Amino acid sequence: MIDSIIPILVATLAAATPLIFAGLGELVAEKSGVINLGVEGMMLIGAVAGFAGALSWGTSVGLMFGAVAGALAALPFAFLTLSLGANQSASGLATTIFGIGLSAFIGQFFVSQGLPGMKPYAIPLLSSIPLLGPVFFTQTPVVYLAYLLYAMLAWMLAKTRWGLILRAVGESPEAAHAIGYPVLAIRYGAVCFGGAMAGLGGAYLSTIYTPLWVQNMVAGRGWISVALVVFAAWKPTRLMLGACLFGGMTILQLQAQGFGVAVPSQLLSAIPYVATILVLMVISRDRKKLQLNLPASLGKPFVPGE
Amino acid sequence: MHLLEPRANSSQLMRWAGPPIAILLTLLAASALFAILDKPPLQAFYVFFIEPLETANGWSELALKASPLILIAQGLALGFRARVYNIGAEGQLLMGAVFASGVAIYTDGLNAWWILPMMILAGALGGALWGSLSAWLKTHFNADETLTTLMLTYVATYVLSYLVSGPWRDPGGTNFPQSIMFGESAMFEPLFDGLRLNSSIFITIVAVPLFWLFVSRSFRAYQLAVGGLAPAAARYAGFSARSGVWISLVISGLTAGLAGAMEAAGPVGQLTLSLSPGYGYAAIIVAWVGRLHPIGIVLSGLLLALIYLGGEAAQVSMQLPSAISWLFQGMLLFFLLGVDVFVDYRFRRRRDKRLMSSEEGANA
Repeated sequence: MIDSIIPILVATLAAATPLIFAGLGELVAEKSGVINLGVEGMMLIGAVAGFAGALSWGTSVGLMFGAVAGALAALPFAFLTLSLGANQSASGLATTIFGIGLSAFIGQFFVSQGLPGMKPYAIPLLSSIPLLGPVFFTQTPVVYLAYLLYAMLAWMLAKTRWGLILRAVGESPEAAHAIGYPVLAIRYGAVCFGGAMAGLGGAYLSTIYTPLWVQNMVAGRGWISVALVVFAAWKPTRLMLGACLFGGMTILQLQAQGFGVAVPSQLLSAIPYVATILVLMVISRDRKKLQLNLPASLGKPFVPGE
Repeated sequence: MHLLEPRANSSQLMRWAGPPIAILLTLLAASALFAILDKPPLQAFYVFFIEPLETANGWSELALKASPLILIAQGLALGFRARVYNIGAEGQLLMGAVFASGVAIYTDGLNAWWILPMMILAGALGGALWGSLSAWLKTHFNADETLTTLMLTYVATYVLSYLVSGPWRDPGGTNFPQSIMFGESAMFEPLFDGLRLNSSIFITIVAVPLFWLFVSRSFRAYQLAVGGLAPAAARYAGFSARSGVWISLVISGLTAGLAGAMEAAGPVGQLTLSLSPGYGYAAIIVAWVGRLHPIGIVLSGLLLALIYLGGEAAQVSMQLPSAISWLFQGMLLFFLLGVDVFVDYRFRRRRDKRLMSSEEGANA
């Protein structure tokens, strides 16, 4: 019994990894008070850049390409919303549309090419822990990178001065500005970090998870990541849980198709999206609780000196 | 980094000049892109913007593409004014197409005058139902409509995919996931011999003045706009935010659903996976570039239709991928959002800075 569950849990974590990267990145941006709806587009740009890099210089370089490309893709958004104070929702949407176009445009050269992917690496000792070991520690190194990112962010946000400053900028930019913190520079940093993580998540999809380039291959994971941040109430640990929940949903749906469940495969494929809606229903229902966790300046432009 | 300062009054000039400037900037960026790709920019512009309009067929295709874009954008603009961000018009369009196609498929073989009107009604109903789902989620569960409309778009894609590869697959056809070709009484009539432009364009022609009347004359539209601009004032005046959400999403869903019926019973002629070339997304840009104004939307709808046509032409004659039209759409929205800031702000002037620092010095 356990032997058949372990591969499912291993696959769940692999499917959750792009959501962990993109979700944690968006979480940092939103903590600083900026909501970026361009995650889907930045993931696509990261995916195509990562594929290009991996094709010539190997998977690790591809992943770096993806992160850099994602950060660059966040720049026009950052300039519009931070330096010019433009509407964040519309600018994010423009980023997504631009990303769909740019990635499809560049990706035409990579259609029907394959990549070797990345082999799992069993961490000595840790991987021999019963049940947990094989599930958590026989993954590809990128999954370990996701753990590391989570641990660092959770620690930074809760325990360090950096985390405090980031939260101050998101809660009350006026106060942070008055104390002398460079609000816009910090937000630029947070938005670009969000872009880099989205790009990394996209590159993971195209170089390791699939590993192929398919037009629009992110398939809504960017939007699900944005929803996950709300679900997580802007807390890294809950975001990890949420990402695993959605990863599990994806794998379960694939498993059900494999077992020949008498539901058409297309309707099973819709499950993660329906689940996102259900989660949003449950989580948004309590307005007061949502308001309590929401970074107070989220979505509002900050113009210094007004 | 602090580039801007507020204007004393918002600039009327920038309000009107914004879209043309954004278009100009997009063209400049496009020429840079063409230069990078080693395609002569002038030839590219000719292929993109002039060649499609040199033939009667070109104009027919332009109208055929502009019509659904304009129709959807009219509905979306109503919601955007009320700050209800429906970005899932694509899904509402697909559901409209599904409902309309259902009528055509189950009445196949009949030759009755009421089939097409039934399809139009079914399309409107399908889109409106899909939109109202998000309205219900927003008003009862406070679930963000941006995310739910988009998630429902993915769900609609899978519903469509299920239908055309399962119960509604053409039994006499190949294994392709597509329905039967619709009969003549389930199709819009072509207006001219040999051209694809069909009578569905009258739906848009009637809808535009209706929207214009509604937006400029009705109290209801005024309530919606106040709800978007000043929610507190709207509450104080007793305008219901709930009904604003419902009206926005039902009407924008309805127009998108109509567009879906127009596509299925028009140029496509059956239910397929590739029914919409992203009209639901492009209409968001049409609404924005058209300044959410019914007449502005007509102009921007024609422009975006031209970008679509140009993209197709460039694919054929310059071997550029058709995804290039998405790229241009994204750029256009970027530039417009950037230019729009200058309606209420202007560049900070250097003189002011010196003035400010000398003041600070005096205060110290």
